Amino acid sequence: MDNLPQIVSVLGDGIPETVIATLGGVLLTIVLSFGAGLLLLSPSRTVRGVTRVYVEGFRGTSEVVQLFWIYFVLPVLVGFQLLPLFAGIVVLGLNHGAYGAEIVRGAIRSVPRAQYEGAIALSLSPAQRMRRVIFPQAFVEMLPPFNNLFIQLLKSTAILALITVPEVTRQAREVLIPNYGSDTLLIFGVTFVIYLVLAGLITLGMRLLERVASARLGRRPSRAARQAAKATAGVAS
Amino acid sequence: MPPPDTTASTPGSTTEPMIVFDGVEKRFGSNVVLKDLSFTVAPGEHVTLIGPSGSGKTTILRLLMTLEQLDEGTISVGGRYLSHELRGGKLTPPREKYLRDVRKHIGMVFQQFNLFPNMTVRGNLIEGPTRVLGLSKAEANSRAEELLDLVGLKEKIDAHPTQLSGGQQQRVAIARALAMRPDVLLLDEVTSALDPELVTGVLKLLQDIGESTDITILCVTHEMGFARDFSHRVMMFDGGRVLEDAPPDKLFTDPDHQRTKDFLHAVLDH
Amino acid sequence: MPLWDWNYAFDILPDLLLALVTTIEITVLGSVVALLLGLVFAVLRRLHIPVLDQVLWAFVEVVRSTPLLVQVFFLFFVLPQFGITLSAFVVGVVGLGIHYATYTSEVYRAGIDAIPKGQWEACTALSLPRLRVWTGVILPQAVPRVLPALGNYVISMFKEVPLLLAIGVVEVVNEARELGSLTFRYTEPYTIAGLLFLLLSYPASMLVRRLERRRAAA
Ligand SMILES: Nc1ncnc2c1ncn2[C@@H]1O[C@H](COP(=O)(O)OP(=O)(O)O)[C@@H](O)[C@H]1O
Ligand SMILES: [Mg+2]
Repeated sequence: MDNLPQIVSVLGDGIPETVIATLGGVLLTIVLSFGAGLLLLSPSRTVRGVTRVYVEGFRGTSEVVQLFWIYFVLPVLVGFQLLPLFAGIVVLGLNHGAYGAEIVRGAIRSVPRAQYEGAIALSLSPAQRMRRVIFPQAFVEMLPPFNNLFIQLLKSTAILALITVPEVTRQAREVLIPNYGSDTLLIFGVTFVIYLVLAGLITLGMRLLERVASARLGRRPSRAARQAAKATAGVAS
Repeated sequence: MPPPDTTASTPGSTTEPMIVFDGVEKRFGSNVVLKDLSFTVAPGEHVTLIGPSGSGKTTILRLLMTLEQLDEGTISVGGRYLSHELRGGKLTPPREKYLRDVRKHIGMVFQQFNLFPNMTVRGNLIEGPTRVLGLSKAEANSRAEELLDLVGLKEKIDAHPTQLSGGQQQRVAIARALAMRPDVLLLDEVTSALDPELVTGVLKLLQDIGESTDITILCVTHEMGFARDFSHRVMMFDGGRVLEDAPPDKLFTDPDHQRTKDFLHAVLDH
Repeated sequence: MPLWDWNYAFDILPDLLLALVTTIEITVLGSVVALLLGLVFAVLRRLHIPVLDQVLWAFVEVVRSTPLLVQVFFLFFVLPQFGITLSAFVVGVVGLGIHYATYTSEVYRAGIDAIPKGQWEACTALSLPRLRVWTGVILPQAVPRVLPALGNYVISMFKEVPLLLAIGVVEVVNEARELGSLTFRYTEPYTIAGLLFLLLSYPASMLVRRLERRRAAA
């Protein structure tokens, strides 16, 4: 226990990197999820096909391979090296964006047909139907699975340790283990707590968003939806 | 039947029919739901469609709302085709932009209301007027308030659809359709999803609307008493055809067909 | 130097395939742990045994919310201090298995919750013994329902095996790294490694999707 202050301080030094990687990854994930998710619903076969290649390509391979490929192979092909943290954010975003695209597509498709018909009966244009009627309803459905996806992403930031990003996991493995070899239980105990707190913050934020979005639909956040999302977390088929 | 005159589009000002079905056929896969169906409805006329379940009544209304596409024949409303687009003197499949323009003149109330849960009552009522008809927020709002007053739900303007009873939701849905000032109003079993004690109120409202406006109304209902008071004409459907087409007094008291008699017996016994 | 060297690619392929076998072994063994342990968790949670219920809940939440890599390090570095020394391979199997057990337990739970109340009541009405209720009525209905979801997790596990290179397991990506460091050519090894994953996991997920559709239709 004597080394607790040093351990906390060293791990604390990794928190900014973990947080930046998570926030950057989440931002890119959101952009790609909505972009690709809407493209998956495009009437054009070609557009859908190309988007599928992205989605299946990233869902079908290992995140570690993707990371190594972008960090070690891409520089050979394009002639310049990405900063480790930046490469990490790109991979986190590309990978989770592929899963997020399916969430967006699924949520939009789950809005009842009657809602489309109600919008047609009011002569709304296709864009208005999507923007004003379908999307706001789909959005609420997306929040629980996105909560899981973001926590998944937070957990994935640990693999950035493999390309020298000094985030929390790398601090534990590379700085603390060699120096405080007898305190391993403490080191990993504190590490777990840090990730738990960060995951808790994500859930807190998403629940808040869920409450606001549900209130706009005149209903309360659905426990059942959260449970259902939990059972598919990490694979979001 | 001659093709409808595309220049005379002001409803009610001519004797041109408001709605024309000409040789319409509608299939779902191999199931022929409507076969060689032709009829017209005059401006301001109230027509009630009755007939056994599955006889194609909903399909007719959905065709008019362009929620379904037909397989043969033509449909026109207010002198304009809605099944086709007249381009260079030829009938072509309608484009989305053209359809939207035709749809503006048609309103529909659904059995399950189909209110938008992501908007308040006010939002539902001003959505079409502001986004489609180009009314200002203020104009749309005063129209909304007026209509809510008419349907007796003025105090619910900022409520969410989920906070309303079925009967209240259906009143809002009726107001929403009226807010578009349609020439044609389609009502598909609008009281079927309601608890029995709420039915009378909604029917009374429809009766009032029928009497105080000159909207052409096509109505599917199992409420025979209402059909009798409300409609100028009743059409009995069976197997995708018009079996009988007569004023309510005639059709309800002295129908020509045994099928109609049987159907009326079955419905009235309930 | 060409961007892609076919000769080199064919030279390293056998080594990569050999490492792929290790990846598959870990996936299969890890899946066995995850599928069995997850079922145990799900049933135990359903029994609502005081204290155990809360402990299990906390355990599942912690494991689900923290990185697999950290958990693997935990097993690798902490257990030896308590006299338990496991090989990297075994740590990989156990780590993956426990991590994914917390996922599969939620899947089983959803499947069990989906069984209509009437089924339980019928069991009570027949005075079936408790064990028989689970093995004869509930699980035979719940498990087939969730097979597609479980299949998806097995595929996920397969794709997470490369994490274990951090503790020295020689799976595909680690092998690719070793091969690359011999020649300073990384393009071929990492690209082939990626394609190997795609080649196995894409058809597998297609299979799961078909199973899903068939279940939905049934
Ligand atoms: N979307 C659809 N797909 C296939 N068949 C349909 C569809 N909609 C309606 N039908 C069929 O068309 C027939 C007429 O249906 P409908 O117009 O709803 O009848 P009604 O409103 O008179 O009860 C029925 O046989 C019904 O099964
Ligand atoms: Mg009907």
